[in-house]
Amino acid sequence: MLEIKHLTVAVGKEEILHDVNMTISTGETHVLFGPNGSGKTTLLMTIMGFPRYKVLKGKILFDGKNVTNLSLDERARLGMGMSFQRPPVVRGVTMRDMVTACLSERANEENIRQMTEKADLVHFLEREINYGFSGGEIKRSELLQLLAQKPLLTLLDEPESGVDLVNIALIGKLLNEILGKDCPIRDRRAMGLIITHTGHILDYVNARTGYVMLKGRIVCEGDPHEILRTIKEKGYRECAICRI
Amino acid sequence: MQDIKLDNYVSGGKEIPYLDDLSTLSPEDKARMLEVGVVLDKEHQESGTFIQMDNTPVHACTAQKGVEVMTIRQGLEKYAWLSDYLWKAVGKDSDKYTAHVEAKQGNGYFIRVLPGVKTEYPVQSCLYMTKGESVQDVHNIIVAEEGAELHIITGCTSSVGKEGGVHLGVSEFYIKKGARVTFTMIHRWDPEVMVRPRTGVIVEEDGLFLSNYVLLKPVRSLQMYPAAWCVGKNATARFNSILIATPGSEMDVGSKVFLNAEGARTEIISRAITTGGNITARGYIEGNAPEVKGHLECRGLILDGGGIIYAVPELKGAVPGIDLSHEAAVGKIAEEEVEYLMARGLNRAEATAIIVRGFLRVDIEGLPPVLSAEIERAVKASEQDVM
Repeated sequence: MLEIKHLTVAVGKEEILHDVNMTISTGETHVLFGPNGSGKTTLLMTIMGFPRYKVLKGKILFDGKNVTNLSLDERARLGMGMSFQRPPVVRGVTMRDMVTACLSERANEENIRQMTEKADLVHFLEREINYGFSGGEIKRSELLQLLAQKPLLTLLDEPESGVDLVNIALIGKLLNEILGKDCPIRDRRAMGLIITHTGHILDYVNARTGYVMLKGRIVCEGDPHEILRTIKEKGYRECAICRI
Repeated sequence: MQDIKLDNYVSGGKEIPYLDDLSTLSPEDKARMLEVGVVLDKEHQESGTFIQMDNTPVHACTAQKGVEVMTIRQGLEKYAWLSDYLWKAVGKDSDKYTAHVEAKQGNGYFIRVLPGVKTEYPVQSCLYMTKGESVQDVHNIIVAEEGAELHIITGCTSSVGKEGGVHLGVSEFYIKKGARVTFTMIHRWDPEVMVRPRTGVIVEEDGLFLSNYVLLKPVRSLQMYPAAWCVGKNATARFNSILIATPGSEMDVGSKVFLNAEGARTEIISRAITTGGNITARGYIEGNAPEVKGHLECRGLILDGGGIIYAVPELKGAVPGIDLSHEAAVGKIAEEEVEYLMARGLNRAEATAIIVRGFLRVDIEGLPPVLSAEIERAVKASEQDVM
């Protein structure tokens, strides 16, 4: 379970998130809507533990453990994983290096091959990570790394952006595997938190709860499809009014 | 770069008898040689091995057909024509170091591959300094006859401790029409050794010269600027260098290529890391004929330690229709990249190690797997020093 309690976060001197509360139960996937600059990515980066994001108040509990002061890599090793929207190019470091790192002690040629086949990236194994990748290739590469990492909590920042219709089905399939959607519900442990602008990913991933974030606050929580419909029909302004 | 007062050093080492059986070398010597990629088992020896300790060649042999491995002096006795190749690709009066090698009649290896012979296994050579406060004078000549293919790995090392010494190495390469030579040189010196290699390469029509230079361990000072002249149509010269400058190391290293015939090509790639030493990374390409193409890439990484990297890429175009380019970048490891890897569960040190290893990884086209593995091994072995 992921529990976020009264979380207030600053980047530099600017407070971005204000008193955010959220609970994702074991086996559940939630989605986060909100206009550009509302603080969605900040929330994901804070949960993951990027040092630029300073927690001023509140705490993050992961499987009952307070992880608020743990480092990025400690959180990753506890079972948190993240797909980056714009991952950096790391010259000289290949996709094989990244998948090997993610697989950790499970790394072997057979596992690497199987995973890359699933993501349709076999021919990218010796390529420098993210160098010259198209939008769809970046998304698949990010999900491939998560597939290898096998996190308990997956944080996804717009997994469908810049992806064509052919690729989005593959991305949905990979996501479902990462989130353990093929497991019976009672055995499912993987959790997800997905930022989406378009909501296209909801056609492929069964999400239980949706949130709307405006100006660093969660202003709405409910059925994700219903929230998406409201946003499409009336825009985020309605969410703000609803809050009032 | 520091001027070396050669008079302060003796001309190095006692006469060492020829060794038929290299297994009689001490375990320490063998270990040193292994560190620079020279393996003294039967299989490697038979592919061709040359060992020089201080100024005395102690072993030269090969069982590969069509390949000759001997000392320069033996070569001159056997072939009168070899004197025509002496001091043609490197001028004896280029500087005081070449003049010293000439004056001392420095010995070294003569490796020749006969026309059309394509060798499968690399010929290995080791230039080994054992006597402190001395000068090692070496003169090598490599001839790849028409249509031949040759791979050489040269390991240069020392066991002179704190006394230091000077290594002067002149190497002249002659790549005939359609011949291909890959030359991989791994240096591993004691921290007080000063090194002045002097290399010249002449590449004829459709010939290829591929040089890989690796120096990952401390050295007092290193200065080299090998030059290749692509004199035949479509001749190609490529230089890759991988350098790590630890505290106290001074390096001034580069490569220069003269594209003097139509369609000639070159690529000069260097990767330099400082953990406290200073590196000047040079590169020079001169286009003197139409349709030539050259690219120079120089990347430097500054890790903690206060070292300096000074990148000096130079291009000179003398005729229309040439295509020369360069890129140079010097910086530290981007925090964003480290965090990206940490988000996959690696700690900071592990993430940095992967990025550094990646930085030093140079894809070398045409390099036999055994030599790629050797470079990879040397880079991996240096990780502890870097981290």
